[in-house]
Amino acid sequence: MPYSILLSEICISAASKAWKDDGELLATGIGLIPRIAAGLAKLTCNPDLMMTDGETFLISKPLPMGKRDSSQDIVEGYMSYSRVFENLWGGQRHAMVTPTQIDAFGQTNISCIGDYDNPKVQLLGVRGFPGNFISHKNSIFIPNHSIKSFVQGEVDMVSGMGYNNYHSEAAKPHIASVITNLGVFDFNGPDHQLQLLSLHPGVSLEDVTVNTGFEISVKSEEETPLPSGEELALIREVLDPLSTRKIIFGE
Amino acid sequence: MNKVISHADVINQLSDGMTIGIGGWGARRKPMSLVRAICNSDLKNLTVVSYGGPDIGLLCAHKKIKKLIFGFVSLDMIPLDAHFRQARQNGELELMELDEGMVQWGLRAAAMKVSFLPTRVGMGTDVLKHNPEIKFITSPYSDGEQYVAMPALHLDVALLHVNKSDHKGNTQIVGPDPFFDEMFARAATKTYASSEEVVETADLGGKEGAIYNRFERSLVSGVIHAPGGAHPTSCAPNYGFDMEHLQEYSAAAKSFENYSNKYLNLSHQEYVEVIGGQNFVNAIPLPQF
Repeated sequence: MPYSILLSEICISAASKAWKDDGELLATGIGLIPRIAAGLAKLTCNPDLMMTDGETFLISKPLPMGKRDSSQDIVEGYMSYSRVFENLWGGQRHAMVTPTQIDAFGQTNISCIGDYDNPKVQLLGVRGFPGNFISHKNSIFIPNHSIKSFVQGEVDMVSGMGYNNYHSEAAKPHIASVITNLGVFDFNGPDHQLQLLSLHPGVSLEDVTVNTGFEISVKSEEETPLPSGEELALIREVLDPLSTRKIIFGE
Repeated sequence: MNKVISHADVINQLSDGMTIGIGGWGARRKPMSLVRAICNSDLKNLTVVSYGGPDIGLLCAHKKIKKLIFGFVSLDMIPLDAHFRQARQNGELELMELDEGMVQWGLRAAAMKVSFLPTRVGMGTDVLKHNPEIKFITSPYSDGEQYVAMPALHLDVALLHVNKSDHKGNTQIVGPDPFFDEMFARAATKTYASSEEVVETADLGGKEGAIYNRFERSLVSGVIHAPGGAHPTSCAPNYGFDMEHLQEYSAAAKSFENYSNKYLNLSHQEYVEVIGGQNFVNAIPLPQF
């Protein structure tokens, strides 16, 4: 091994497991780590996943980071934005996204920070979050686990619904995995409380609790499994040969 | 029938306070020459519906927008638009912030001439808190499910950019993703399409070409010949987005004067010359994601 295992690689390996039992769903990893993780899932724990070329076509092999010879893509199908909407409203997707804020209820925000009429920081807008979180499975990757991302109270502009405010069985969120720079979590604690599933190497439970703006439950304090040799080779040589993943944590 | 008109003719058809829909998506296939023509005009107090990119930022920089109906504003490779952010952070915009699918649903309702379409999208979010005019509806069937009744978004005018058209208003979007331009055209009283090429009807490519005809010519009131008209956004397969220009545009949020002196208050032809000519635009490589 040319260098020791990086935190970004631990996160990618842990995040890839989110798609393990998804059958043929469309796997969408938005952002660097989720995108590499989705690709790793397709190459390891779930080869049946559908995946796009990052634009309009479904392709057979996951997209590597950086330039590629797209004439070598094996195109399977079509996935325009209009088609993505139809797919997601039918629940046929599992996306992994990075909200700016998330709260104890699993509500997420990518719209703006501060007062809505005069925001301190304008972000993207709610984009597809309202539709995504009510329609299909979502996982979350947070690179900077802190009380600014895991906020006390509620997020400033609820973009993706949480478990506190749903109307019926057919209109509730489904948040699968939550992966951060500190550990792996889900919202399957008592009453959909955020619960710790594993801590990354060198991270203590206290590191998590002081950096989370609300109470969590602890299912396990075991160490997050390290990526296997096969996973490392795929991440380093196939999916991210230019090592763009190192940017996320300044590695 | 000859629907080919000038940028100025389009501006003459617009008036203060109108609701204008802008096609494209983010930094892709935006009718930027028409947007610049609005910026160069006296038009004001517009309500704009858009899958926002630099169209929204540029209109914000010129204080043309009273109300924005949107799901996001992004320049793709540059995630956030600096001019839109500035307008928001100064509290300048009235908003109807929606899920991007709700925008489509609103346009589709207008296109179908129904007052709303049901969806679950928006439930449990602050989209409904900040848009109290959006109501719920209960299914009249035995399931009794509750839905959001997404109201129709009627447009006075839709502005689109297409790859090819003829003088009758037959348009073709040849790029792989037509986005929601069809819905904008159907939701609008009048649609104006700027076009990379204006050709004879017989040269539209026959049956193969007609597959790229995304909506009927009866919806199109005017065609504007504007090669390079989407710049600095992309117009696949003709050209990609101009990253360098988008960076210069973004930096101009700090001081707009230089950018404005260089690129605004020009005819479209003059603009294309200033950015480096049509050959330069056509040589901008398509992006890879």
